[in-house]
Amino acid sequence: MRKAIIFLLAFSGGFTIMSVELLGGRILSPWFGSSVHVWGSIITVFMLALSFGYLLGGRLSLVSPSLSRFGLLFFAGAMLIGPLLLFGDDMMAWVFARIEDPRYGSLVASVLMFGLPTVLLGMISPYSVRLLISDTHHAGEVAGRLYFVSTLGSAIGTLGTSFYFVLWFAVDTILVALTVLLLICGSAALAVDRWHGEAEA
Amino acid sequence: MKLSMMLLALLGMAIASLDAHARVVHEERSLYRNILVEDRGRERCLLFSERRRGGAYQTCIDRADPDRLVFSYVRMMFAGLLLAPAPERILLIGLGGGTMPRVLEALYPEAEQDLVEIDPAVVRVAKAFFDFQPTANMRIHERDGRVFVKRALLSEQKWDLILLDAFTDEYIPEHLLTQEFLEELKGLLSEDGVVVANTFANSRLYHHESATYRAAFPTVASLRESGSFNRILIGLDRPWPGQTTLETRARSLAPALARFGVDIDGYAGALQTEWTYDRKARVLTDRYAPANLLQGRSVLGPVQKE
Repeated sequence: MRKAIIFLLAFSGGFTIMSVELLGGRILSPWFGSSVHVWGSIITVFMLALSFGYLLGGRLSLVSPSLSRFGLLFFAGAMLIGPLLLFGDDMMAWVFARIEDPRYGSLVASVLMFGLPTVLLGMISPYSVRLLISDTHHAGEVAGRLYFVSTLGSAIGTLGTSFYFVLWFAVDTILVALTVLLLICGSAALAVDRWHGEAEA
Repeated sequence: MKLSMMLLALLGMAIASLDAHARVVHEERSLYRNILVEDRGRERCLLFSERRRGGAYQTCIDRADPDRLVFSYVRMMFAGLLLAPAPERILLIGLGGGTMPRVLEALYPEAEQDLVEIDPAVVRVAKAFFDFQPTANMRIHERDGRVFVKRALLSEQKWDLILLDAFTDEYIPEHLLTQEFLEELKGLLSEDGVVVANTFANSRLYHHESATYRAAFPTVASLRESGSFNRILIGLDRPWPGQTTLETRARSLAPALARFGVDIDGYAGALQTEWTYDRKARVLTDRYAPANLLQGRSVLGPVQKE
């Protein structure tokens, strides 16, 4: 049960990251166009944010790792998508007024809007590995499975968003749904941790 | 019946032979697309993908008679002049082969033209292969149309005639077909200004497009010609002038436009401020703009742009 929920949460994290990344192109295009440099900005920022997320997630897992703390990552991620929803246009207008070149404009806007939530979501993977590993012998196998699950989530998040969600829903609706998904993930982690704790006691 | 079949067959052969004689004179891959220039008989055409891969002619010129506008949609775009008969400032988004600026320059040598084209390669090809020669009155802006428009709003510029020709039936820049974008264009209109857009009427998108233009402009008119899947949409931030006004303007524009084969009198009668479309179709916005997915949903079956 505990293992299954960690895998499920890692899947959801991967799903959310790529869904937000794809929506990023749509969110930026009214201000910075939809040229290849806009995608360049988005992908660069997501890769950078994820790399720092991995680093931070690994560090965080050193200090009394628990499923509850893991759940808090999801709550924090959900909270950080909020500003994107509420102030996204204001942020982009602010950048647009100050930076003429759409390449650097889209890069700065991406950092402001997607940087922090993606760092948070990037912390999920290394933290999951820590929670799943019980001995060093199986460390590689566990990490492999975890990457499999979270990257599968990313693939499905990409496909679902680009093929279907954008046809059915407005961007904001999808973002709200992703926020709710993260909140459910966080709550599930807290609930399972409590239930497990009681069962063990 | 038999005769008409034979005629059809003959026509088919004629078209096939035209295609057989098509010769690619230039081919390049730009940052945004493949660009092909093809000669077929007297005509020289611009394509964004090969014919056998479903590519459609974006624009064609008649090299023997450059005044002849090969495509009806280009002629139909000039219907916008009925709403802004003496434009002093013209904005064109989507250069293509540069036909429209050339004709507008001939009609209004005093007018200033801002030409926005995202793809520098298209500008080069227009100059090198389509006899597009920018004059001192023309400014070429190599950038995204939406970005140009947003900057122009900040600097409070105005235009009398805004022409939007940025869509092909292969790809639609989705951020140029939203209520917000059209409202931005509306904000760039001078008091007597008009927005004229070349769009398509062969898919589910037709309904969404109708709803979106209606949401953005208080007055919208549509112009279609039988046999063509192009549709011209005209947006105004003022009431529709009376039919007599349009006809008077058509009569005074007709002599200058006759040289280019533009049937402006016909357009004055064919413009519709009411037309049928699915009223439940969702308005496209910056938050909901799956234009290409909707364009893929044909309601009339697969068709070729002219």
